Amino acid sequence: MPARQPCLTPKRPVSMLERGQDNPGLITPPAPVMAIDPEEAGRLRARQRERIGRWLLPVLIMAAAILLWDRICVWNAIPPYILPRPGVVLDTLIADAPLLFSSLLVTLKITFLSLLLAVVGGVGLAVLFTQSRWVEMSLFPFAIILQVTPIVAIFPLINIYVSDQTAKLLLCAWIVAFFPILSNTTLGLNSVDRNLIDYFKLNGATRWQTLRYLRLPASMPYFLGGLKIAGGLALIGAVVAEFVAGSAGQSSGLASRIIEAGYRLNAPRLFAALILISFTGILIFMMLSLVSHLILRRWHESALKQEQ
Amino acid sequence: MQNSDCRDAAGRPILVLRSVGKHFANGVTALECLDLTLREGEFMSLLGPSGCGKSTALRIIAGLTSPSSGIVDWRGPPMGKTDIGFVFQEPTLMPWADVFDNVWMPLRIQGVSRRKAEPMVAEVLERVHLTGFERAVPRELSGGMKMRVSIARGLVTRPRVLLMDEPFAALDEITRFKLNNDLLELWQEQKFTVIFVTHSVFESVFLSNRIVVMAASPGRIYEDVALDAPYPRDETFRTSAQYANLCRQMSDILGDAMHAGPSAMPDTETARVDA
Repeated sequence: MPARQPCLTPKRPVSMLERGQDNPGLITPPAPVMAIDPEEAGRLRARQRERIGRWLLPVLIMAAAILLWDRICVWNAIPPYILPRPGVVLDTLIADAPLLFSSLLVTLKITFLSLLLAVVGGVGLAVLFTQSRWVEMSLFPFAIILQVTPIVAIFPLINIYVSDQTAKLLLCAWIVAFFPILSNTTLGLNSVDRNLIDYFKLNGATRWQTLRYLRLPASMPYFLGGLKIAGGLALIGAVVAEFVAGSAGQSSGLASRIIEAGYRLNAPRLFAALILISFTGILIFMMLSLVSHLILRRWHESALKQEQ
Repeated sequence: MQNSDCRDAAGRPILVLRSVGKHFANGVTALECLDLTLREGEFMSLLGPSGCGKSTALRIIAGLTSPSSGIVDWRGPPMGKTDIGFVFQEPTLMPWADVFDNVWMPLRIQGVSRRKAEPMVAEVLERVHLTGFERAVPRELSGGMKMRVSIARGLVTRPRVLLMDEPFAALDEITRFKLNNDLLELWQEQKFTVIFVTHSVFESVFLSNRIVVMAASPGRIYEDVALDAPYPRDETFRTSAQYANLCRQMSDILGDAMHAGPSAMPDTETARVDA
């Protein structure tokens, strides 16, 4: 409707500068604005500062803590069998590397095997739970009992019933690690959009199809959250199991190195082993976070970059 | 007469609801004695205030809820799983799957392989103007585009009946108008039958050739109105006096329905609104 056109045309706001020009009919297109107002500039600076500070600050604090540790040893003349200086610990880490790393490998094997079993067991049980509420109601209490009982208290029993060393440790680490996966995956499998479930029903999807195409992908964020917790717990479980088994002199993992070093008052090696375990835990967590990010980055809120 | 311009009357019955009622365990009567005949090729709107049971009626027709009483009778060749398309109020897409996978899903459930589904998905995506977005995930799309994906998914199996539950209620007006036009175009091309649940008088008048007005507590049919305005309907129709007139008449009927006594006898008299 051309008749209505004029009143529908939005009036472009005219600035004082343009109004003052000789030729008001010929409005020069505004130059691309590159100048940022002070507030935006400040925000940009703050963001840059935060980006640098995010890694610089922890590194500085860590360095300061190590330095302080070293100074305390020197100032108080603490003997190395009580508290070794950081340099000594580092030297021990390098000198004992073959021994420590071969032990670490043993611990890692238990950790990852038990994590794998925790995933299989946790997801398997969760799937079973979602197939029938009766199964969930009947079995969930057992899972909770296993979770809340301290593993150290269960281990003597496992020690009696299971003779194989590896199986013993695996069982221990598994009990500690499987619960977060089970509970998170159960939650995830039950958190599917009701309308999507209806949609699948409408299309005559079988139970298996609904599980495979709908429930499992939908539970992914929950499962991965559980996996991150379970990764750390599997390591803790493996070390604790080795500790208990190691006090009976049956283990060759990192924990047994720690016990051994403790008996011999070899504090530097104690610290070296401790540091190795911590770093392993951090690495496992970072690895699982990366896996989670790679899987979820395209669709899940948790993996999206924070928008302004 | 039945042609592409006006297909309101002559289609043969495809669905007959007889005295369908739904009473929930908590004592609420969602639907009372619903009698309704849906004819092939109709674009029927279920119009009413919230709580009048229009969504419940749609779920019963879809087979998602079973009626407490009465019969849902599908006529003609037996209705298979792929003969009913459903579009929800929300796009209801799988956020982890891209557009192709979302639209492929109803076929996939029927056992159609990716390779065999490709041309079918491509065709339906072209119809809803989403060609080139196959690899986008829902979160990368606008609200209107997500709804288009949802419609494409509903149509990919070439259903005979498309059930829509307030599909455009959450969209902005400009997008809604556009989708209204596109939906009518699809309907005229593919000649499926539509039941369209809505609480918008304007939308129902623009789209349908039959409007069933429902009243609440208990949910029942208040009036069954046939609309004679010819198709194709486009922006000219939307701004016409005829459209405004029809909207006013429907608003009056809806207003009466909303003020109807809480438990009047179901009124199934058929009216005809002339422009």
